[in-house]
Amino acid sequence: MDRRSFLTVTGLGTASLMIPISGRLIAAEQLLSTLDPAVKKVLADGAMEAATAAGATYCDVRIGRYLRQFVITREDKVENVVNTESTGTGVRVIANGTWGFAATDDLTPSGVRKAAVQAVAVAKANAITQTAPVQLAPTPGVGEVSWATPIKKNAMAVPIKEKADLLLSANAAAMAAGANFVNSMMFVVNEQKYFASTDGSYIDQDIHRLWVPFGVTAIDKASGKFRSRAGLSSPVGMGYEYLDARREDRIEMPGGVIGYGNSYDLIEDAVAAAKQAQEKLKATSVKPGKYDLMLDPDHLWLTIHESVGHPTELDRVLGYEANFAGTSFATLDKRDAGFRYGSKQVTIFADKVQPGSLGAVGYDDEGVKTRRWDLIKDGILVNYQAIRDQAHIIGEKASHGCCYADSWSSVQFQRMANVSLAPGKQPLSPADMLKDIENGIFIVGNGSFSIDQQRYNAQFGGQLFYEIKNGKITQMLEDVAYQMRTPEFWNSCVAVCDQSDYRLGGSFFDGKGQPSQVSAVSHGASTARFNGANVINTARSLG
Amino acid sequence: MSMFTEAQAKTILDKVIKLSVADECIATLAGSTTGNVRFALNNVSTSGVVSTTDLAVQVAFGKRVGTATINAFDDASLERVVRRAEELAKLAPENPEFMPAIDKQSYTATPTFVQSTADIDPVYRAKVASDSIAPCKAEKLVAAGFLEDGQGFTAIANSNGNFAYQQTTDLDYTCTVRTEDGTGSGWVARNLADATQFDASREIRTAIAKAKGSANAKALEPGKYTVVLEPAATAGLLLFMLFGFDARQADEGRSFLSKKGGGNRLGEQVFDARINAFADPAHPDLATLPWDQDGLPRHKHAIIENGVVKHLNYSRYWSQKQGKPVIAQPGNVIMAGGDKSTEELIASTRRGILVTRTWYIRMVDPQTVLLTGLTRDGTFYIEDGEVKHPIKNFRFNESPVIMLNNVEELGKAIRVSSGAGVGGGPGLAMMVPAMKVRDFTFTSLSDAV
Repeated sequence: MDRRSFLTVTGLGTASLMIPISGRLIAAEQLLSTLDPAVKKVLADGAMEAATAAGATYCDVRIGRYLRQFVITREDKVENVVNTESTGTGVRVIANGTWGFAATDDLTPSGVRKAAVQAVAVAKANAITQTAPVQLAPTPGVGEVSWATPIKKNAMAVPIKEKADLLLSANAAAMAAGANFVNSMMFVVNEQKYFASTDGSYIDQDIHRLWVPFGVTAIDKASGKFRSRAGLSSPVGMGYEYLDARREDRIEMPGGVIGYGNSYDLIEDAVAAAKQAQEKLKATSVKPGKYDLMLDPDHLWLTIHESVGHPTELDRVLGYEANFAGTSFATLDKRDAGFRYGSKQVTIFADKVQPGSLGAVGYDDEGVKTRRWDLIKDGILVNYQAIRDQAHIIGEKASHGCCYADSWSSVQFQRMANVSLAPGKQPLSPADMLKDIENGIFIVGNGSFSIDQQRYNAQFGGQLFYEIKNGKITQMLEDVAYQMRTPEFWNSCVAVCDQSDYRLGGSFFDGKGQPSQVSAVSHGASTARFNGANVINTARSLG
Repeated sequence: MSMFTEAQAKTILDKVIKLSVADECIATLAGSTTGNVRFALNNVSTSGVVSTTDLAVQVAFGKRVGTATINAFDDASLERVVRRAEELAKLAPENPEFMPAIDKQSYTATPTFVQSTADIDPVYRAKVASDSIAPCKAEKLVAAGFLEDGQGFTAIANSNGNFAYQQTTDLDYTCTVRTEDGTGSGWVARNLADATQFDASREIRTAIAKAKGSANAKALEPGKYTVVLEPAATAGLLLFMLFGFDARQADEGRSFLSKKGGGNRLGEQVFDARINAFADPAHPDLATLPWDQDGLPRHKHAIIENGVVKHLNYSRYWSQKQGKPVIAQPGNVIMAGGDKSTEELIASTRRGILVTRTWYIRMVDPQTVLLTGLTRDGTFYIEDGEVKHPIKNFRFNESPVIMLNNVEELGKAIRVSSGAGVGGGPGLAMMVPAMKVRDFTFTSLSDAV
């Protein structure tokens, strides 16, 4: 009954990570080949002709080859190496003013044409219950173009052994530094996507993403206590060069914590994680109350994702996700009334263009050239994330270019663009920010997260917590989580560090829709300060 | 072609096993046809049917393992997938925890297939959507829902002569109903094996009543309250706890079932003495496949008995290392309840809160299984045995381990999940009772409706 296979990665404490695998498994050497755009153009033209002949007024064809590689280790063992490939075509049409979609893995001219005709039949059947015809925001045809993630080293070309050796070296370093257990993983994604539409676009794109998460656990056998610390890397829209551990990308943060920018030192972070996991076993349990929070970008990305990214998705605002992900408090009337979402320090923008981000593409999955736009400007809600058939609802003349499907066989729909907090305009470093805080907590890394279905009430944990007293870090804390109400939280933002501190975090497997689809999205931020947050103590006793 | 007969499946798997020159070969052939209809804002938004069949071949040379899959079943494709698995196995590092293929087993078939569910067609799905939407429209309410149904088969075989085949069906329905002004929201969910037991026009009344009844909710102070949790509200909490029933994690010292000083808490009283849970692949309301992911035959056994932990999941490797018997991983968990209805649990409550559904549950601290999440789609204040008025949603921070020590009363257990992947990802099939629990910890209010 599983339409999607999952690989379960256990050992990350009690939590387990489910990795979606949609595709068949292939040999490593096949990860390097690509399909010829000329062949894809012939298939796409055939599908569009067939759809038009069957009565479609619009047709787009996505021919996709989705490649994924997972390398999974624990301590001194490679637990699994998985290569998957999924290739096929999705055809979307408008007929009788209604969407229709069909997909096939039969990449013959007749197979693709048949799918196109089927999509038209689906559209005509659905048109019977349609209450208003689809209105597509105009998108100019761009002819035959191509775009590729600007990678320096193709991670798919790096031998499995080199990847496994790197992970095992990090595991060994963590164990030597005091970890009791360590799990590490490498996920490599390459989406070879071809998009053609009756608007006159033929877009060939080669998208690359990489993620190298790990988790260490430290155990105090006598007390039975255990604590874990996850890696501080970010999933990126980059090649294997992200793992070059360049000195200039290393960031020394308050509390002696090392963060990372455009490249990552896996082994250094594994050693630090092992030591900090041990330190967490002995850290002081937080006294609940009001604290000023200094949130590192490694942490803040997730708060942005949940409390701004999701509530500004227009399909949620309108009610299309009401039964699953939920709706949004950021309703259209609030945008029209100039709702104060945050303080004047808060400008939050969406984009699909930031270099190195997970969302960066040249064109989205309905052929719209990607760009950047503001969601919250100087604290005021000004816009949403909308695609071609939604733009008219909010008075926009063009799509924002944030349409995405996780497979050739999935229907493309509105997905979150990169949503980022703009850096502060005045020069401010985290060290300077720290000096003014009398009673606060510095939080690094993302931990437990939960938010309600309209994105008002949220609770966030973290990986590392440091007490701030009178401008100085005094000690490590544990059992920290802060509870927030979204508008109050963003209105309590009193300072954002400058561009020199700006870094990207992100989610590799963000879920949405029924049936569910995953997408990858980045969130940039500089360290930011939020005054008077409600901090709870999460320690309990089972007796 | 997504539904192969037993004979067709056996022919393919026999060929695969014969083709392999590796030391051993394990093959799984699985197929399904899944249909769905999704609606929102009182309109059908998407509907479709997806058919897939996949063959997975795992081979081993010594302790080197390779896996490959394919979705074509002609002789050339079968040869290709076997050779690819063998190539990968030769390149793979040795897995020191490798376990050889199991011997030939005998399985007792379980009732996982119901013809009425397999017979669901687009007309049936459209009717479910209209039966959900029409009464909402009539009462100026807004419906958003999803029906997913499917039939499938799984066949397993290995080079030791083991073979098994079984068909399954499943139906999963959820619907959220909101008032037009957005001040009220209700929800209903049904997961069933047999479509003849499902009637959307009856189920939707629950969501409608909760939507209308939850409008204009009053705020209650966060704190510790007696709660009546409906089965759907409890299931998500229990699932997080059941992930902790892994023997290796417990033995390694990183589970709530780890023992101070080493070892695990198997055989210890961890919950209230009224808590009982068991696995039963042949349960008439919650049948699961009679074998686990390793092909081991599943049997009925206790998981929690009178509050005592009676079963932890040992992988084949871990049971061998620890000298424990090899027991199949359960595919379902039935938490025993009583005979009382949710209404009777409410009737015996002096002051308390009725929770329809819990949402966005996340682990805060695996040491204690402290979970956070929120109530949603129908939260009500109970006084003197009656539902008095709707209340605003709460965030909770609570451990199911503590919760199962604070149980006051248990209602009747119902099926909440098939664990089959319909409705979002794999998991355990579950039957859970409504339960009344004292001192449940709500830590803040939510404005979300």
